[in-house]
Amino acid sequence: MSAVTGQPVVDTVTIEVDGIPLQVPKNSMIIEATDKAGIAVPRFCYHRKLTVAANCRMCLVDVEKAPKPMPACATPVMDGMKVYTQSKRAVDAQHGVMEFLLINHPLDCPICDQGGECELQDLAMGYGRSVSRFTERKRVVKDKNVGPLIQTDMTRCIHCTRCVRFLDQIAGTCEMGGTGRGDTLEITSSIAGSIDSELSGNIIDLCPVGALTNKPFRFSARAWELVSKPSHAGHDGVGSALYYHLRRGEVMRAVPRDLESVNEAWLSDRDRYAHFGLYADDRLQQPEVKQDGEWKTVSWDEAFEAAAAVLQAQPGDELGVLMSPSATSEEYFLARRLADGLGCPHIDHRGRETDFSDDGYRPHTFSTSIVDLEHVDAVALVGCNPRHEAPILGHRVRKAALDGAKVIALNPLDWSFHFDLADGVIAAPQEWVGELGALAQAVAEATGQALPESLAGATGRADMEAHRAMADILQRSERGAIIVGQAAMSHPQAAWLRQLSAWIAQATGATLNLLPFGANTAGAAAQGALPGEGGLNAAAMLASPRKAWLLWDLEPDFDLEQPTGAMAALSRAEGIVAVSSFAGPALRRRATVLLPLAAWPETEGSFVNLEGHRFDLHPAGRLPGEARPGWKILRRLGNACGLAGFEQVNLAEVQAVMPDAPLAPAEGWPDLPPLPEVAEGLYRIGEVPMYAVDALVRRSKALQQTVHAGHGFIGLNPVDAERLGLAVGDTASVRQNGDTVELEVRVTPRVPVGGAWVRAATKESAVLGAAMGPIDITAAGSG
Amino acid sequence: MAQKPLQITTPTGLLTPETRAKIDGWVARFPAGRQRSAVIQSLMAAQEQNGGWLSDELVAAVAAYLDIPPVWAAEVASFYSMLHTRPVGRNTVNICTNISCWLNGAEDLVAHAERKLGCSMGETTADGRITLVREEECLAGCVRAPMMVVNGHYHEHLDADAFDRIVDGLE
Repeated sequence: MSAVTGQPVVDTVTIEVDGIPLQVPKNSMIIEATDKAGIAVPRFCYHRKLTVAANCRMCLVDVEKAPKPMPACATPVMDGMKVYTQSKRAVDAQHGVMEFLLINHPLDCPICDQGGECELQDLAMGYGRSVSRFTERKRVVKDKNVGPLIQTDMTRCIHCTRCVRFLDQIAGTCEMGGTGRGDTLEITSSIAGSIDSELSGNIIDLCPVGALTNKPFRFSARAWELVSKPSHAGHDGVGSALYYHLRRGEVMRAVPRDLESVNEAWLSDRDRYAHFGLYADDRLQQPEVKQDGEWKTVSWDEAFEAAAAVLQAQPGDELGVLMSPSATSEEYFLARRLADGLGCPHIDHRGRETDFSDDGYRPHTFSTSIVDLEHVDAVALVGCNPRHEAPILGHRVRKAALDGAKVIALNPLDWSFHFDLADGVIAAPQEWVGELGALAQAVAEATGQALPESLAGATGRADMEAHRAMADILQRSERGAIIVGQAAMSHPQAAWLRQLSAWIAQATGATLNLLPFGANTAGAAAQGALPGEGGLNAAAMLASPRKAWLLWDLEPDFDLEQPTGAMAALSRAEGIVAVSSFAGPALRRRATVLLPLAAWPETEGSFVNLEGHRFDLHPAGRLPGEARPGWKILRRLGNACGLAGFEQVNLAEVQAVMPDAPLAPAEGWPDLPPLPEVAEGLYRIGEVPMYAVDALVRRSKALQQTVHAGHGFIGLNPVDAERLGLAVGDTASVRQNGDTVELEVRVTPRVPVGGAWVRAATKESAVLGAAMGPIDITAAGSG
Repeated sequence: MAQKPLQITTPTGLLTPETRAKIDGWVARFPAGRQRSAVIQSLMAAQEQNGGWLSDELVAAVAAYLDIPPVWAAEVASFYSMLHTRPVGRNTVNICTNISCWLNGAEDLVAHAERKLGCSMGETTADGRITLVREEECLAGCVRAPMMVVNGHYHEHLDADAFDRIVDGLE
């Protein structure tokens, strides 16, 4: 409200609902007014985030002077309007609608997974008859298989179309619809088959009946057995708010928690289904120590002793601390303190990055908040697939695009987006610096600003038509945002890309937003999980292998940029302490001490999301076996090493001494190393698949069965495929640094010429080298 | 080496050049970007090339050709009684059973037709000659009820004899 002028901000009208006068915005619907005032109006099809369909008729209310009951969701308020939600006419109408809805709905709530948390069941209690007057047979509808995440039971469907509208309007994939008509109408994904949206799980929450339920959760617990614990998701930098539903301490499912500034009412499938990996077979439950090549389960005391011995056997300079980008801030803080105490400056959390030449200069949080992202008028995606890297962010970009923002992209793959690209360039990674340089040059021409001498090395492209069009869009925009995504962040010349992006942002008045891997890179930066004075970064540590390591929640064959290189580097260590929730075969092969770590849904601590908001995590799931929260493990490890500063008895004492904000990046940008010659031959596009980002996600069976999890293939442009004599379905021999793997060939124009789409963080790529680097491909068998 | 982003490409090879030309003609009648409006006529064209019915693949091909989600075409194909999603006979017979025709003996006419042809509403005769299209709602011929539509042509003031005469003349 603008108290200064005394004028209301929005035009309002006064209506009266059940005798209560309400001031409501003009043109809003009755149901918005009653919802705001806390007056209950039953409804099935209405949802505040979706368009009004008014097809369930459950929200009929009595409006004075109207000849018949009116749907509250589709009747705009008018000044002086009198509405009665409890009058005989209103209640009779609602009773009538309920009786119609129940004609075909099965009355077998005891065997329905939605029973106990069903909107229809709840309202039938209030508005239904105790005995049905219908004796006719009920309709039966065949179930559809819509994939591994959502279970259908379409006989229960009441045709509210919330799922159809969600997939049309929010997810933007239009994967469901109503086929047939009249009494044969069915809601179905039809000939489209499975529902593949990265936000698909939300239709489970939207479904007011048991027609769409959570498939892996189905029939495993009842709503009234579950305890709800608020938490946040930890698989991307968004940090979506959610509830974990627990039964006797076991995480049974995740549902979104409304947080308008972050995830609104939605949850990505990754955040919803990842927890199903928590109880995987290789979950680490006991501390273990390797003795004479055999793993032996030990007590925590023995384990700490062994771990301290490993870490103290070497001088600090010979140690390396590599952490997951999704640890809590407290873990980063104590790990840094431990490293400092041991005299080790080599600590990093950026195992998937390769170019660190702008360390100290790059910002660690977004400049545009998640909310503001939907209000920008231009978005430039640099090596970024927001749909997969951070689905909620992708949704905000889509909202901006629907609102008229122009989206442009410089990407390594022609990803399919749920918004239109105004313009863009798809190029293999070795071309990127040149392509972005050309965009910078075009921006320089369009804005009349001179490109700094230091960046001139990137320019010089001849064909700049697309770049000029993109520069024009950025120059005309008033609220532009550049998002540098994970494909760019893991690029060998990432610093060039960041610096060029920063200059373009500055020249066009756009904001610079770096989207790194992991959930808590901002926290890692704030707490010092970055190389200290004279310290080596992640890549340098692996390049000049340490004699002892502390690995934090990392699988060396999946979570590091060069799996084979990392495995080789680790093999030269004398001891490796791995603190981890899971112990896969590779980790067991290399580690010497395994300490069981609480996973994200079970741990306590805090994290900072990509826009810089700090969120607290409270333990939800019960810890399996002897697993412990990371901060406690580090505290005991500090004690075992005889270090000072590890006396905290609770989390609050740790947080009390932690710094608040990340170190501000230094002004300006550093000089960059000269650009290498653009290499001949194919270059790998090592995209990290949406469902392979961390150990927990990789163990969620449901997610691994989706179409997004496919990875045993190599994608080639038709031009390259023809040159190599490869066709769809052939087997290709893929080689990096002498390591070979055989993959099925896919030929698609979505891959640029010169690029080879071989996904990273997969079991096939575990025996390959750099995610973004030169790659050799031949037909299998030809040598 | 750079390329422009591509539109989604799904094989539309199932559609004959004639069908594509017809679809193009319909798409051209609507503003750019509103090709969804041409979906009914596009499906009609595809049905015509396929002996009077639409397979799922054909519906998907039309959707791909129009660059709309497949389910949008499937919704339309399954909604209208003049679009068939199962194979039909060489001739289609739609008998109106809505109120005016019903009051004037449509029920008896349907019974006669089913007896004569040996198949129920929604089915095709064994020799593939005639499909009795599933219960038809009002076809706007109430003034001369009862009536039916045979291969798109209206026949009115029907009785059993008139029905036999018309149907017996079908190839």
